[in-house]
Amino acid sequence: MLLGLWFAKNDNQVRGVMVVGASAILGLAIWLTVAFVQMRNAGNTDLMLFTYSVPWFAPLNICYSVGVDGISVVMILLSAVIVFTGTFASWQLEPMKKEYFLWFVLLSIGVFGFFISTDMFTMFMFYEVALIPMYLLIGVWGTGAKEYSAMKLTLMLMGGSALLIIGILAIYYFSGATTMEVNEIAALHNIPVHIQKIFFPFIFIGFGVLGALFPFHTWSPDGHASAPTAVSMLHAGVLMKLGGYGCFRIAMYLLPDAAQQLSWVFLILTTCSVVYGALSACVQTDLKYINAYSSVSHCGMVLFALLMLTRTAITGAVLQMLSHGLMTALFFACIGMIYHRAGTRDVRYLGGLMKIIPFLSVSYVVAGLANLGLPGFSGFVAEMTIFVGSFENGDTFHRVCTIIACTSIVVTAVYILRVVGKILYQKVPNPEFYKLHDATWDERLAIGGLIFCVAGLGMFPLFFQNIISEAVAPLIGHILNAAPIAAL
Amino acid sequence: MEYSYSFLILLLPFLSFLVLGLCGMKMKEKVAFGIGTTVLGVLWCLSLYTAYEYFFAVGRDAAGLYPTVTAFNLTWLDFGKAPLFGTELIFNIGFRLTPISVMMLVVITTVSFMVHIYSLGYMAERDEEYRVEGYEKGFQRFYAFLSLFTMSMLGLVVATNIFQMYLFWELVGVCSYLLIGFYYPKHAAVHASKKAFIVTRFADLFFLIGILFYSYYVGTFNFDLNADPTIANRLPMAVNILPVALFLMFIGGAGKSAMFPLHIWLPDAMEGPTPVSALIHAATMVVAGVFQVASLMPIWLKYAPNTLHYVAYIAAFTAFYAAAVACTQRDIKRGLAFSTISQIAYMLVALGVCSAVEGEGSVGYMASMFHLFTHAMFKALLFLCSGAIIVIIGSNFKDYMGGLHKYMPITNWCFFFACLCISGIPPFSGFFSKDEIVAACFHFSPFLGWFMTLVSGMTAFYMFRLYYVIFWGKSYYEADPENRRKPQEVPAIMWGPLVFLCIVGCLCGLIPFGHFVSLDGHAEDIAIQTFAIWTWPSVAWVSIVVAIIGIGLATWMYKSGENPVPDMLKRRMPKLHEAALQRFYIDDAWQFFTHKIVFGLFSKPIAWFDRRVIDGTFNFLAWGTQTAGETIRPWQSGDVRQYAAWFITGTVALTLVLLCIL
Repeated sequence: MLLGLWFAKNDNQVRGVMVVGASAILGLAIWLTVAFVQMRNAGNTDLMLFTYSVPWFAPLNICYSVGVDGISVVMILLSAVIVFTGTFASWQLEPMKKEYFLWFVLLSIGVFGFFISTDMFTMFMFYEVALIPMYLLIGVWGTGAKEYSAMKLTLMLMGGSALLIIGILAIYYFSGATTMEVNEIAALHNIPVHIQKIFFPFIFIGFGVLGALFPFHTWSPDGHASAPTAVSMLHAGVLMKLGGYGCFRIAMYLLPDAAQQLSWVFLILTTCSVVYGALSACVQTDLKYINAYSSVSHCGMVLFALLMLTRTAITGAVLQMLSHGLMTALFFACIGMIYHRAGTRDVRYLGGLMKIIPFLSVSYVVAGLANLGLPGFSGFVAEMTIFVGSFENGDTFHRVCTIIACTSIVVTAVYILRVVGKILYQKVPNPEFYKLHDATWDERLAIGGLIFCVAGLGMFPLFFQNIISEAVAPLIGHILNAAPIAAL
Repeated sequence: MEYSYSFLILLLPFLSFLVLGLCGMKMKEKVAFGIGTTVLGVLWCLSLYTAYEYFFAVGRDAAGLYPTVTAFNLTWLDFGKAPLFGTELIFNIGFRLTPISVMMLVVITTVSFMVHIYSLGYMAERDEEYRVEGYEKGFQRFYAFLSLFTMSMLGLVVATNIFQMYLFWELVGVCSYLLIGFYYPKHAAVHASKKAFIVTRFADLFFLIGILFYSYYVGTFNFDLNADPTIANRLPMAVNILPVALFLMFIGGAGKSAMFPLHIWLPDAMEGPTPVSALIHAATMVVAGVFQVASLMPIWLKYAPNTLHYVAYIAAFTAFYAAAVACTQRDIKRGLAFSTISQIAYMLVALGVCSAVEGEGSVGYMASMFHLFTHAMFKALLFLCSGAIIVIIGSNFKDYMGGLHKYMPITNWCFFFACLCISGIPPFSGFFSKDEIVAACFHFSPFLGWFMTLVSGMTAFYMFRLYYVIFWGKSYYEADPENRRKPQEVPAIMWGPLVFLCIVGCLCGLIPFGHFVSLDGHAEDIAIQTFAIWTWPSVAWVSIVVAIIGIGLATWMYKSGENPVPDMLKRRMPKLHEAALQRFYIDDAWQFFTHKIVFGLFSKPIAWFDRRVIDGTFNFLAWGTQTAGETIRPWQSGDVRQYAAWFITGTVALTLVLLCIL
C-alpha cells in the first residue's frame, strides 16, 4: 500500500499535504473496495485477495505478508474515512502543526498496516506503531490531566501487548509452524487444547484491553477526555477496533477450541462491559466521559457478538465496529467543536446551544440518535444483526446474556437524551454563549462526511453486510468445525 | 404490477422531509407549508385511490376474501439461515395491503392532511406568542418533522413483516420525541419528550425480545404464517413459546398505546404543539399498538387464545383508570389525553375478547378497527378544537375559559358534535363502534360488559364536563372585560379542517364497516354489524341510557358553573380528588424507580466503583511498581564498597547453605 510517500515532505503546506494524502488514501480505499467486490463477483473465492509477501526476518520466519478479506476491506475503508475527516477536524490546531500531523500519519500507518497484515508478527509490529504516537499526541496536544492520561493509556496498552507477544510466540512455538502467517497456522490447526486454553486468555485480554474489555477499560475515559479532537476520533473510531479485529483474527481464529470452550467466561465480562458502560455513562457530567463510557458499552457489544460464535452475530460485530467507528468519530468531532467554542464540556454549564450553533447541535442530535440505534442510521443495523445472531444460540445462558445486553438500548437512550436535553435545549445559562459562531467550512465538511457515511450505512446496509458475511463464513466455519485435538 | 405507484407513498414524504430539513431554513414559511401540504394532498389522493382500487375496483377474490397484496418487498438485511429450520431470515422492507392497512392509510393521510392545513394557522398564531418570549420560530422544522412522521407511520402500517414494523415503530417514536420537544427552550417540553421516548423505548425492548423469540421459533419475521406451507412442521416447537413472544410484543404495543402502567408519557406529551397532539398522540401513532395486535391477531387466536384475554383485562383496567383521572383534570389537553388512553383501551379490550369462535368471536376485531377509525376522526377533531381554543385563550387551563360559545360558534358546534360522538349517542359515529365493543364484551363475560358500559358512562360525563367548562359556565373574559383579551373565532384556515373532520366524524359511523374489515375476511359480515346492534338491542339501549345519564349529570353539575356539587364533592373526598388529579401517583412511582433505583442503586455506584475500585487498582499497580522501583534503587548505588559487602555476605551465606545441605 502506498502509505509512506507523503509524510516525508511535511513542510509549511502541511495542510495541503494532509488533504492530498488523506484524499489519496480515501480514494485508494474506495478503489480497493470496488476492486475487491469485482474480484469476488468474478468468482474469486480465495480467503485473502491482493496477497503479497516478503520475508524480512528469516530466522523466525517473519514475513511482511499482506492481504485483505471482506472484514479488512471494510475496516480499511472505515479508517480512511476517519483519517480524512480527522484531518479536517484538526484544521485549526495551533501549536506545532507539522509535528502533530507527523504523528497523526504515523498512527494511521500503524492502523492500516495492522488491517492489511496477515502475518502475526507484522501485525503486532503495526499495533505497536499505532500505540506509540498516541502517547505523544495526547501528552503534548491534549487537555486536562493529559500527562496522567497519556501515561495510563500507554502503560495499560503496553501491558496488553506484553500479554500479546507471549501469546503470539506461544502460538508460533506450539503450532510448530514454519511461518507466522495467520491463515497457514490456522490451516495447520495442531495446537493442543490445553495449551490453547492457557494462551487464549493472554491474546484475548491483550487485544481486549484495546477493545475496552471490562475491567481493563479504565484507560479509555481518561484517554479520550484528554485527547485532542481528531485523536479521539481516530482512537475511538479506529484504534479500539484493532482490539476486536485482533481478538477475532488471532485469538479466536487461531485458537478455535479454546474460543469455544472459554467463550462463556469472556461472555460474562463483555456483557458486563455493555451494561456497565451504559450505566456509568448515565451519571457522568463531562461530555467526553459520557461518550467514552458509551464507547466502552458499544465496543463491549463488538466483543460480545464475536463470542456468540454465530455467523450472523459476527457479521453484526464487524458492522458494529464499522458503525461505532463512524458514530463515535462523529460524536467526538461534535464534542470537540463545542468544547473549542464554549470552553467547557461540563453538561451542567452548557445549555440552549441549539439556537446559537444550530449546525453543530443538529449534528450532535444526529450523532446521538445514531448512537441509540435509530433505524436509518448504522447503529440500528449493527445492533439488530447482533441480537438476531446472538439469539441463534438456543441455550439459556446465551439467551440471558443477550437479553441483558439488549437492555443497553434503553439505557443508551437515557444517557443520550439526558445530554441532548441539557446542553442543546432549554434556556441559555451563560450570556457569553450568545457570541459563539457556528461550524466553519472545514468542520462542516468533516461532520457532513461522517453523517453521510452513517446514514448511508444505515439505509443501504445490504452491500456491506454481504461483503462481511461472505468473509466471516469461512472463518466461523473454521472455528466451529475444528475438531478438538487430543491433548498431548 | 398492481399498485405500482405505491412506493411513492413512502418516498414522497421522505423527500419532502429531506428538502424541508436540509434547506427549510432558507425558505419562506409559505413555501415550506406549500411543499408539505402538497405532498400530503397527493398522498391523500393516492390513499383514497388505493382504497377505492382495493375495496371496490379489485374487490374480493374468488374465495370471497379481500386478498393480501404485496406491492413490493425488497431485501434490506439478510440474517442468513435460521438455526432451527434452515429457512432464510430476511429483513424486508415492503408494501403490503390488507383491509386494515388500507384503512389505516386512509386514516393517517386524512388526519395528517387536515393537520397540515390547520397548522398553518395554528403555528402562525402560536409563534406570535412564543416570539414574545424569545423562542425560535420553527415553521419549516415543524413541517419537516410532520413529513417524516407521516412517512414512518405509513411505513409502519404497510409493513410486510414484524421487523419492518419495528423499524418504523422506532422512527415514529423519534418523530414523536422531536415534535413533543418542539418548543425546546421550554423545560417542560424537553422533559416530556425525554420521558415519552424513554418510556416507549423501554416498552420496545420487550417488543424486540418478542421478535427475537418469534423469529427463532418460527423461522420467519412474516405476519402471515399460512403463506408458508412448511410452517406447520415447525410450529409444534413454537406452541409453548409463542404466547410469551406475543405477550412481549404486546408490551411494546402497550408502551406506544399508553396502556397502564406505561401510559405516563402520553399526558405529558401534550407539551407539544396541539396539531401534533391531534395527529400523533390521538389519531395515529398511539393506535400503533392496537394495529400491531390486530395484525398479529390470527396468530394470537391460533396459538395464544388465553393469553389474549390478559390484554383485555389490562386494557379494561386502563380504560377505567384513565376515565377516572380524566374527570378531574384542569388542563384541557391533559383531559383529552386521558380520554385518548381510555378510548384506545376500548379498542384493545375489543381485541382481547376475540376468540376463534366462528362469527361471534370475531365481532371484537371488527369493532376495534371500527372504533379506531371513528376515534381517529373525532379525537383529532377534539384536539384541533382545543388547539383553536388554546390559540385564542393562550392557555391550556380551564380556569381561563368558560362561556366561549358566544365567541367561537363554529368551534363550539364542532366540539359539541365530537362530544356526542365520543359519548355514544346515535346516530353519531362513536355510538356504532363503541356499542359493538360493548356487545363483544357482553358476549365474552357479562361482568366485563357492565364494566365497559360503566366506563362509557364516565366517558360521557367527563367529556361533557369539559365541554361545559369551556363553552358555558362563567366566562373568564366577562369577569373583567377591560383588561382581558376578547375571544374570537379562529381564521378559516383553522376552522375549515374542523368542519371537514366534524362532518366525517359524525357520519363515518354509518359506513357498513364490517363489510370491509373482519377477522376472517368473509362477506357474511354485513350481518355482523347489524348483529351487534340488533341482536342485542338491550345492549344498545343500556349504553344510550348510561350515556344520557352521564351527560345529564355533567349538565346539571357544570352547565351554569354555579352548581355547588363539584366543590362539595371535592371537599368531601379530598384524598380521592387529589389522588385522581395526581394521576394516582403512578408517575411518581416511575420517577422513584428511575431516579432512586436505576440511577441511585446502579449508575452512581457503578460510576464510583469504576473510578475508585477498578481505576484504583490500576493506579495502585502503577504506584506499587514505582514504589518498588524507588525501594530497590539504592541497591544500584554504584558504591563499590557496598557491592563488595553484599558480595561477601552473599558468598558466605551461600557457602553456609551448601554446607548445611551437604
